[in-house]
Amino acid sequence: MEKKVIRWVFWILVLYGLFLGTIFFSLCAGSVGMSLKKILGVILEGKGTVEYSILFDIRLPRIILGFAIGGALSLAGVILQGMFRNPLVEPYTLGISGGAALGVCLNIILGLNRTLSVFSLPIFGFLGAGLVILLVYSLSIRRGILKIQGLLLTGVMISFIASSLIMLIMAISRAEDLHGIIFWIMGSLEEPNWLLIKLMVLVSVLGLLTSYLFCFDLNAFSLGEEEALHLGINIERTKRLLFILASLLTGCSVSIAGIIGFVGLVVPHFVRIFVGGDHRILLAASFLTGATFLILCDTLARTVILPLELPVGVITGILGGSLFVYALSKKQVLLGEK
Amino acid sequence: MLEIRDLTCGYDSKFLLKDINFRIDTGELVGIIGPNGSGKTTFLRAVTGVIKPIEGEVLLEGKNIWQVALKEIAKKIAVVLQNPPISHMTVEEFVLLGRIPHYQKFQFLETKRDLEIAKRSMSLTDILKLKDRFMSEISGGERQLACIARALTQEPKLLLLDEPTAHLDITHQVGILDLIKRLNKEFALTVIMVLHDLNLASEYCQHLVLINEGRIYKIGLPEEVLNYQVIEDVYKTIVVVEKNPISSRPYVLLVSEEERQNKGKR
Repeated sequence: MEKKVIRWVFWILVLYGLFLGTIFFSLCAGSVGMSLKKILGVILEGKGTVEYSILFDIRLPRIILGFAIGGALSLAGVILQGMFRNPLVEPYTLGISGGAALGVCLNIILGLNRTLSVFSLPIFGFLGAGLVILLVYSLSIRRGILKIQGLLLTGVMISFIASSLIMLIMAISRAEDLHGIIFWIMGSLEEPNWLLIKLMVLVSVLGLLTSYLFCFDLNAFSLGEEEALHLGINIERTKRLLFILASLLTGCSVSIAGIIGFVGLVVPHFVRIFVGGDHRILLAASFLTGATFLILCDTLARTVILPLELPVGVITGILGGSLFVYALSKKQVLLGEK
Repeated sequence: MLEIRDLTCGYDSKFLLKDINFRIDTGELVGIIGPNGSGKTTFLRAVTGVIKPIEGEVLLEGKNIWQVALKEIAKKIAVVLQNPPISHMTVEEFVLLGRIPHYQKFQFLETKRDLEIAKRSMSLTDILKLKDRFMSEISGGERQLACIARALTQEPKLLLLDEPTAHLDITHQVGILDLIKRLNKEFALTVIMVLHDLNLASEYCQHLVLINEGRIYKIGLPEEVLNYQVIEDVYKTIVVVEKNPISSRPYVLLVSEEERQNKGKR
């Protein structure tokens, strides 16, 4: 008992340390390299200098958005993997990203982003995500029972339909629109609007707090739905609320930052290998790790081939995938030795 | 303890159980037997509230279970299902899941009491030495014991088991049933278990409920239920029923087709 709590505190401290370290690294790295000392100087000097605006108008917003979106996607991944008892489920499996992308594509091809404000892109993304969530949800509910496997299959199918429709749109769209669509689909943490960033932070932190109301329910779900019911969990209510929570987190993330793959799939896995399957620690640890991971990937994306910027999804895929395969092979060795 | 009145229930619109009337008093050990697909597992599911009755009611200590909060049911009834899922956790973590219905609102960590109860159920089931091993590393028999330990950690008054001896060797079969019998005797734990093996059912249960095609065919002492006419009628198989020389309970013997024909010729 004591041992367990100490272990949990240890992991949170380690992850928090990594998180802070990554933030400093991300502040320092870039086309204008700055040491920590210099950053302190810049802050003391106050507004007005070029360095100050690089730090606070370019780097910091990306870090904050990376924190919110990395955390939200990983959290959604943990919740969905726990609920489906399927390690291959990720936030995008349910077709939410497809819906959001379709919404954004329609917006771009209809030229609404030029006539309406810049806000219209995330709003359309959110509408698309919301529609898909409603569709998947209502298709999988039978007589008040949410069929988990049905939910998964419907989600995957809707994903396919959405991506085919996007390809259709791309095939008939003009070159400049095409560029906009591709740029959005690849995902980016660049978001000039502070309000959206703050909103995303709010959603993601509230999501983390809410998820803790369900930590025991998620633990019980690891035994299967029927066993969870026998442990006194109201499984129908829990499934619904968790699905809505995960959808909201994903929908908001996708509509603000586009499709950043892999975070929601790999991070929960990775964290589970190290801290174990208990959701009391898994939720917070995944949130922190996801935030750290995305900030790190974004920093790499904007510094690897200066002055060009890579899409952050490319880095999350390459880095996340290889780290994960590495960890998996190591873990099998460990299990073999036991 | 538990009473079922005129219960009819099933999945979708198919009726799997019809007109079930049954009652069990505190401290009894009842076995449910019947052919595959006769509705034994459905019966357990109706008792635990997994499926809703179409007609009739299930009363737990006089109260309809559909009007009792799920958490309250989970404090009174614990269930050990067939094929427990394997998850990546230690035996102790797994057993501690049984405390979930007892947690207070906003309780985040296990209390000392929770840990003591988990420890006690692990020592009762003799798996205390395995507590830090992973569920995926232990054998099928040990896993079944861990499931029983988890159920005991719920501190139930009624324990339901769905084929606790399936896929186990005779050592573990007898070990698990002896354990259940001991729990029943020493702690007055009421037990309902579904069994496939007629001889084990005869040996360990006070009463047997024979279910056939969704109806209760016969309820009674093992000697009453396990006679060759009843079994041949329900199972459509020729059997010979003898008496176990030590416990003097009925013992069902099977005969192969070849032997049956040979006997016919002679």
